[in-house]
Amino acid sequence: MTEHSPSALPAFRVAPSVAPTTNTHLEIAGVTKNFGSQSVLKGVDLSVAKGGTTAIVGPSGSGKTTLLRLIAGFEHPDTGSISLSGFPVAGNGVWIPAHKRHVGYVAQDGALFPHLTVGQNIAFGLNAGKIDGGRRAVNARVSDLLEMVSLDAAMAKRRPHQLSGGQQQRVALARALAREPELMLLDEPFSALDAGLRVATRRAVAKVLSEAGVTTILVTHDQAEALSFADQVAIMRAGKLAQIGNPFVVYTRPADRATAEFLGDAVILDAWMEGSLATCSLGGVPVRRPPAQGRVQLMLRPEQIRIAPDGPIRGVVVDTDYFGPETTVRIKLAESNAPHRAASGNGHRYPGGGEVITIRHWNASITKPGTELCLRVVGEGVAFPQEREHGQE
Amino acid sequence: MSLLAVLIALFSLVPLGYVAYMTVATGWDTAVELIFRPRVGELLLNTVMLTVITVPLCLVLGAGGAWLVERTTLRGHRWWAVALAAPLAIPAFVNSYSWVSAVPSLEGIWSGVLIATLSYFPLVYIPAAAALGRLDPAIEQSAASLGLGSWAVFFRVVLPQLRIALTGGALLVSLHLLAEYGAFAMIRFDTFTTAIMVQFQSTFNGTAGNMLASVLVFLCLILLLAEVKSRGTARYARIGSGAPAKATRLPLRHYQLPAQLSLAAVTVLAFGVPVWFVLRWLIAGGSEVWAADEFLPALLQTLMYGAVGAAVTIVVAFPMAYLAVRRPSGFSKLLELSNYVTSSLPGIVVGLAFVTVTIRAVPGIYQTAGVLVAAYVLLFLPRALVNLRSGLAQAPKELDEAAQSLGKAPLTSFVRVTLRLTAPAAAGGAALVFLAIVNELTATLLLSPNGTRTLATEFWSKSSEIDYSGAAPYALLMILLSAPMTYLLFQQSKKVAGQ
Repeated sequence: MTEHSPSALPAFRVAPSVAPTTNTHLEIAGVTKNFGSQSVLKGVDLSVAKGGTTAIVGPSGSGKTTLLRLIAGFEHPDTGSISLSGFPVAGNGVWIPAHKRHVGYVAQDGALFPHLTVGQNIAFGLNAGKIDGGRRAVNARVSDLLEMVSLDAAMAKRRPHQLSGGQQQRVALARALAREPELMLLDEPFSALDAGLRVATRRAVAKVLSEAGVTTILVTHDQAEALSFADQVAIMRAGKLAQIGNPFVVYTRPADRATAEFLGDAVILDAWMEGSLATCSLGGVPVRRPPAQGRVQLMLRPEQIRIAPDGPIRGVVVDTDYFGPETTVRIKLAESNAPHRAASGNGHRYPGGGEVITIRHWNASITKPGTELCLRVVGEGVAFPQEREHGQE
Repeated sequence: MSLLAVLIALFSLVPLGYVAYMTVATGWDTAVELIFRPRVGELLLNTVMLTVITVPLCLVLGAGGAWLVERTTLRGHRWWAVALAAPLAIPAFVNSYSWVSAVPSLEGIWSGVLIATLSYFPLVYIPAAAALGRLDPAIEQSAASLGLGSWAVFFRVVLPQLRIALTGGALLVSLHLLAEYGAFAMIRFDTFTTAIMVQFQSTFNGTAGNMLASVLVFLCLILLLAEVKSRGTARYARIGSGAPAKATRLPLRHYQLPAQLSLAAVTVLAFGVPVWFVLRWLIAGGSEVWAADEFLPALLQTLMYGAVGAAVTIVVAFPMAYLAVRRPSGFSKLLELSNYVTSSLPGIVVGLAFVTVTIRAVPGIYQTAGVLVAAYVLLFLPRALVNLRSGLAQAPKELDEAAQSLGKAPLTSFVRVTLRLTAPAAAGGAALVFLAIVNELTATLLLSPNGTRTLATEFWSKSSEIDYSGAAPYALLMILLSAPMTYLLFQQSKKVAGQ
């Protein structure tokens, strides 16, 4: 399953509906949805730019798939509105059903029609009677689409069950692309694939979609997938979007602790914030735009904490997990690190001390349990206001 | 869809409503007088004894056979797997007819037990075999690794997992025992059903017959409740994903010969004897029993009723199956339950109800083909439902949505995706309903328009006149028509079980 660039891209026609407003393709405003007594979406606002890729990421049950189904038109929102290219499609008494929205949709398992061949699946949305050249043109289009998703044209004769999972997903994508949708919705399309195939398929799909210039929304529970796929990531938690931003920003400057921990491993330490410097067991760490002064929680990514012979911070290795290319190292920080603040006599003492933190390192041989290490912090930390009940890493 | 399903459910409650109404209308004193009398006690004893003896025998034959076929190194187990299901192709009253020809003195409860066991044990065997084939051997291997021997594994792990299949099979056998008319009438063994038929033939629509029907319905409801209770709420499903491993077969070693002999004996008694005697009477009758002017109309009418009944049943079952699969709720369960209860009622009760209701409410349609087809629909709806449900499960709503996101209007996508994908299952269900109608005797006797001749009623009238040779061609045809359907049913049970 190698990926080579599609040689002949069919010309994608410009969407007939030119947005009266600017560059916004999808606009979701104040959307709520209940299933029975269960409130699944509690007021979601999201706007997606034309041609952009947005990933909606969140734990299972957070409502992300429901949001996607509302955009596709499979469900009605209870309140709020959805508009595509400036035209309302749902909410405020408007309802455009799924088949009139011109929105492509690729389901988790591909949802290929088992009674049709691959070619018939791809041609399902095409109407031979309305296309110049009839059957022949449809067949040519099917071949083009197969080529676009890097599948052999001979596959058109196969049945869905004769394909691998990755191939099925590509066919589902080709089928959705056949009608040249302006907006493509992907509902965890890679989650059923095994790890290696998942990455390859994801890259192939991203490439096809960006070359076709289709606005794409991906729903996933895999934060690495979201960060690598999209140029806008929306983190969904308990029916609300906790943060929306580009992948680098949401990863390095998460809005709250839960988002920080969802997007990746995080080292969280009690700290004392003064100006833009947070003091903690790892010494003074700069923080951009701190939300509070005094006691805060400081978040660092494990890769920001490096083992360095000249590092100012001391810690003792507690235990390690060896993974081959890297080793997870648990380090107990010294009780008496960075005492200068307490000694400076201005009445404040930095909180914490003696915490156990988890970092990653490539060299297992220098991280034997009991070894004392010197550490250094690279870059900025993120401060969160102190929580009532504080749990530590 | 919902409205249709409700209407159908209400319609299916007609027989139950009739019985309840009759019991109330009769008045308490008369009802007590008619129900608590020695004759009813005698019938009750007969029916209960028959059930109590036959059901365990069927369980032993069915579960034992299934275990031998599925889980031991039985030689030719593929062949035996089909052979043990084959007796289902022989209607019980044909079985009875053959046994009466073999042993003319057959009478009373033990002959009833013999014929019922041989006719109905496949109803236990088929689900048991399907369940055994589906059981995850990893569970048994875990039990073995926890120190249980082969027998302990069977009794403590395998048998409990078969519980749903076995209680379901036992319920089916019991309901058949309560409902069967022909097989027991032929050996002059009186059950509630035969007694109701006698009452109906002598007094047409007498109160006594109606009260017997009430008791019979009461027994059916008790059985349904008992099955629900004993099935419990536990689910036996494989946990986790991945393909289940192949089960290991227990070596039979020196039990191979006894196993082969006992299976051969069962097959000969349940399948060989009936077929042999049908053929013997056929040969004895020579060519004149094939009189085309009697025979062909009966065949054509049977095929016609079967085809129409099957088609109508599928159409009627679809809204219910659709609701149950796509919008499962307490409401859809209630709808299904009402059908389930009705179809558990003996054909004679449904027949009586339709006779009474049509005569009182709409005399114009009494003894018309439409009423008979309606009765068939009520009796055999669950067979279609089971199939349609599994068929609809093959057409998840995601496919429908995919079609809609590809620009197809909801109705178009419903026809091109959901209906299309359900078609094979619908055909399977229709075939099963067809088979049931071909062999239906009791309700047909009560409801068929004057001059109607089906294979079953013709067979019945000939053999009642002791014209055994004349009855033989009809018996043979019923067996031949049933055979492919039985095979289909057998295959399907494997598929539903996920093989």
